[in-house]
Amino acid sequence: MAEPLLTIEGLRIEATAYPPGEPPRDVVLVEDVSFALEKGKVLGLIGESGAGKSTIGLSSMAYGRGGVRLTGGAIRLNGRDIRLAGSSDLRKLRGREVTYVAQSAAAAFNPALRLMDQVIETSLRHGILSKEAAEKRAISLFRKLGLPNPESIGRRYPHQVSGGQLQRVMTAMALCPKPDLVIFDEPTTALDVTTQIEVLAAIKEAIADTGVAALYITHDLAVVAQVADAIMVLRAGKKVEYGTTQQIIETPREDYTRALVSVRSIDHKEKAEAELVLSVRNVTARYRGTNFDVLKNINVDLPAGQTLAVVGESGSGKSTLARVITGLLPASRGEINFAGRVLSPELRARSKDDLRELQMIYQMADTAMNPRQTVGTIIGRPLEFYFGLKGEARRKRVQELLDQIEMGSGYIDRYPAELSGGQKQRVCIARALAAKPKLIICDEVTSALDPLVADGILKLLLELQAQEHVAYLFITHDLATVRAIADRIAVMYRGEVVRYGTKTDVLSPPFDDYTDLLLSSVPEMKLGWLEKVIETRSMEAAGN
Amino acid sequence: MRGIPISALIGLVFTTAYFLAAILADLLAPYGMAEVVGGVWEPSSAEHWLGTDGIGRDLLSRMIYGGRTTILVATAATLLSFTLGSVLGFLAAVRGGWVDQLLSRLVDLMMSIPSLISALVVLSVMPVTLPVLILVMGILDATRVFRLSRAVAVDIAVMDYVEAARLRGERQGWIIAREILPNALSPLVAEMGLRFIFMVLFISTLSFLGLGVQPPLADWGGIVKENKDGIVYGIPAALIPAVAIATLAISVNLVADWVLNRTTSLKGGRGG
Amino acid sequence: MNPILKLLVQRIALGLVLLFAASVLIFVGTTILPGDVAQNILGQGATPQALENLRAQLGLNDPAYVRYFNWLGGVLQGDLGTALTNGQDIATSMGGRLWNTLFLAFWAAVVSVPLAILLGLIAVRYRDRWPDKVISTITLATVSVPEFLLGYIAIFLLSVTFPIAPSLAMINDSMSLGAKLQAISLPVLVLVLTVLGHMMRMTRAAILNVMQSAYIETAELKGLRPFTVIARHALPNAIAPVVNVVMLNMAYLVVGVVVVEVVFVYPGMGQYLVDHVAKRDVPVVQACGLVFAAVYISMNILADVISILTNPRLRHPK
Repeated sequence: MAEPLLTIEGLRIEATAYPPGEPPRDVVLVEDVSFALEKGKVLGLIGESGAGKSTIGLSSMAYGRGGVRLTGGAIRLNGRDIRLAGSSDLRKLRGREVTYVAQSAAAAFNPALRLMDQVIETSLRHGILSKEAAEKRAISLFRKLGLPNPESIGRRYPHQVSGGQLQRVMTAMALCPKPDLVIFDEPTTALDVTTQIEVLAAIKEAIADTGVAALYITHDLAVVAQVADAIMVLRAGKKVEYGTTQQIIETPREDYTRALVSVRSIDHKEKAEAELVLSVRNVTARYRGTNFDVLKNINVDLPAGQTLAVVGESGSGKSTLARVITGLLPASRGEINFAGRVLSPELRARSKDDLRELQMIYQMADTAMNPRQTVGTIIGRPLEFYFGLKGEARRKRVQELLDQIEMGSGYIDRYPAELSGGQKQRVCIARALAAKPKLIICDEVTSALDPLVADGILKLLLELQAQEHVAYLFITHDLATVRAIADRIAVMYRGEVVRYGTKTDVLSPPFDDYTDLLLSSVPEMKLGWLEKVIETRSMEAAGN
Repeated sequence: MRGIPISALIGLVFTTAYFLAAILADLLAPYGMAEVVGGVWEPSSAEHWLGTDGIGRDLLSRMIYGGRTTILVATAATLLSFTLGSVLGFLAAVRGGWVDQLLSRLVDLMMSIPSLISALVVLSVMPVTLPVLILVMGILDATRVFRLSRAVAVDIAVMDYVEAARLRGERQGWIIAREILPNALSPLVAEMGLRFIFMVLFISTLSFLGLGVQPPLADWGGIVKENKDGIVYGIPAALIPAVAIATLAISVNLVADWVLNRTTSLKGGRGG
Repeated sequence: MNPILKLLVQRIALGLVLLFAASVLIFVGTTILPGDVAQNILGQGATPQALENLRAQLGLNDPAYVRYFNWLGGVLQGDLGTALTNGQDIATSMGGRLWNTLFLAFWAAVVSVPLAILLGLIAVRYRDRWPDKVISTITLATVSVPEFLLGYIAIFLLSVTFPIAPSLAMINDSMSLGAKLQAISLPVLVLVLTVLGHMMRMTRAAILNVMQSAYIETAELKGLRPFTVIARHALPNAIAPVVNVVMLNMAYLVVGVVVVEVVFVYPGMGQYLVDHVAKRDVPVVQACGLVFAAVYISMNILADVISILTNPRLRHPK
């Protein structure tokens, strides 16, 4: 049997860390990673942030980002070890044998050059194709990737094209010079879920058509299951499990892999009807100085002690709804009933009890806590402000809250910078809880977290709901999260609620067009899911 | 003192030394400020370590007293520009609306004329006294402090923790004092160092042009002016202030750099 | 209307408004402040009658806004007024001096701009290695010494200790270009040293900013030569920030000129201004202040115009 296209053996990657106030030291980013990739096959590299997956991906073109060094092992590409190759050899293989698709195409394109010039640049500079041939190939790739106006889109500049389209142009750019291997580094992560599925399908088809091999890097196992032949699960720079896609998804051997596969499979039964804590009636809102409504006639209800999930893609108005309920953006029309009384639209006109009973948790825990205050001060301030707790009594209550969020006694005097991402979000939860609220608005609180950490936060929120009988207005773009936590769901699209009801009702057919599109676009942890969706959609399109 | 890099330590030592010399000028200076004690431009000797100036005054004493004037004026002007600039800057950032518009446009206007030119224009009609100099320099420089503190405060004011405090129902004063100020302090302190250096250069330049500190009061810029005629005869008396100004400026720079680096490493970051 | 044209018109209009406002500021700064021009001219011993006559002669009894519009009207017609001290027409005395100042600033710019960009590129190329550190240490030293002291250090070293350049920069119209350049060699050197530090540091930061963007990595991963990466991908995007840096420093140069002219007794605007501030000759100070402000504001407008023109997002709107 011929040698595989790419063989990595015992790869070790190091970098120099510069911790503040300490001397620089070397840290190992990747240790003892080995795999082989045959021509035309796709290997998925999956792991949480810091798992070293991008670093490994770039190592297959012997590239180290920002002072990263490939210090050990072998990287055999097309029969030769490239780990220690000289810079002119590397230049010849980069772009000719291996190409790269970055996560953020918007940043990866040169803003000053037309798309076509950038797409064919590699082919021209390496002398792979003539200008005419390269442009012809680029146009056919544009068409294959489903880009609108394939003949003329190349004449546009990067900022004139949408994010999803740019990601496809970048894929065309990677495929144009006919490489042996393409590295896809989280190519769909920055996209909305309905766009993601289109780009994913386009990439998959392009890989199949051109017969190129690929390394597909992502943190989303359900996504990689759709495109990869084999998967390597990574954690903290080390291999956890390596097997065929089918084996990893259906019979994972390691606990960590099992946890990743079963992520968001929290079984949450919706609760029975109850007295309403929040009732939003005919709310319309617009930002000052604009002339269109960002929220149009919103009507939703939330029973006490339950969870209303507000789902939508970016620009749907779901976060604006949170701002209106909190009073940061006064509604121009409509009424908000909260805990049996009408809330003033203006934040400043609300009573202290209104403020106390309605708390908020943010997406970015990093910016939601004052970096100059300790955990004790952060959680203690609402205790002092609302309940007048001081000194020892306050400290005792803070500790109780820390216990409730499953953080020990060692944290009360720490600063946010000393906490992990999950711990930060827990502290924010404790701060909200400290006010003894009736409703907590959770704005994408798990979106910035790794899947397992996010799972922990969701479980904690459910436990706290059972203990404290607090209601959640849970804003998210992630339907798996919705399934895990919601009692009721509101689907938002372009400032309107297009579907609203109990979880069972909203997630059962018949669907409206948008909810159908949204629900069917969420990647499922199943082999062949993508083909099935695409097939169904094209059948429907043909039927219409 | 652990954790202070050597460069910052050097800067700290020199800066402290200069300020101490300014405060203790009367004790340190071997001769009086305006006392004629020798011949014209005597070279350095045991009695006159730095020699004498163009009319026979001891240069070391002139430098020490001159340092006192220069540092005093620069410090006072820095404090004025800082208080004025940061108070108005924070106000503009937190209040927004027309207050912000008015102050920001006024600052844009003041900054559309180079500050040396503005100072010269104003000093052409004002009496040149120390309080006037401090006032003019402080107000002109407050524009830069205003821009910085406004920018810093605007960045902080959009943070979720400030919004959280607002949603909690905290008063505006509390938010400024407890949420914004502690986070704005370090970049402002670092900037304070840079403004101080600028003030030292500014007052020296004005004195050199004859429009700053007036004789017989000594200051570093004035010493250059008084002794510049010696240069062409190869007498380097006029260059002595260069050493003093440069070392002071570099020391303060080193301290400011350190303060700024310490802040940026504290910001955000995942940590442990 | 073409959006880019609209933006340019807006920017230039804003500059004109700013210039107008600056003229108000200069006028107000010299009139409203305490201090009586007539008293200043005639001294403490002047009789009330003499003061009154002079005030009437200077139009000081008119309300401030009338005097302002009279002044502005004159300025717009090229009449900058008459100097109090010698009764000469300001515009006439200023003409040659303005030209001299621009001559000095021009040559300082010709030397400093390429040098600063070159040093900035070297500092980026050898970032955090010794060439970068040497460059940044030296520039830190030069920005820590005021211009006038750099001037005297230059005189002491280069015209007294090693006499290779004249200590006084006397030029006149009858001199050849070579002789003029020889005469201004030291002031040019000092001006270059003053702006070089800032300009080099800002250039370094601007280029580093571009070099760290994702599209430069994309270009590297395409296997392009370093030269191609820089020329095709970095340079087009670095032009706007670098030009901005250069313009800001040219504006700074205009101010540096004032002090350097005094040091080298150079017959330019700076010396003219400083002399008349000392003599409290308000009309001359107003006129000079206005000219300096105009040059400074135009430099800033020019910087903005260039960055608008080189911005691909504006050049190719959606």
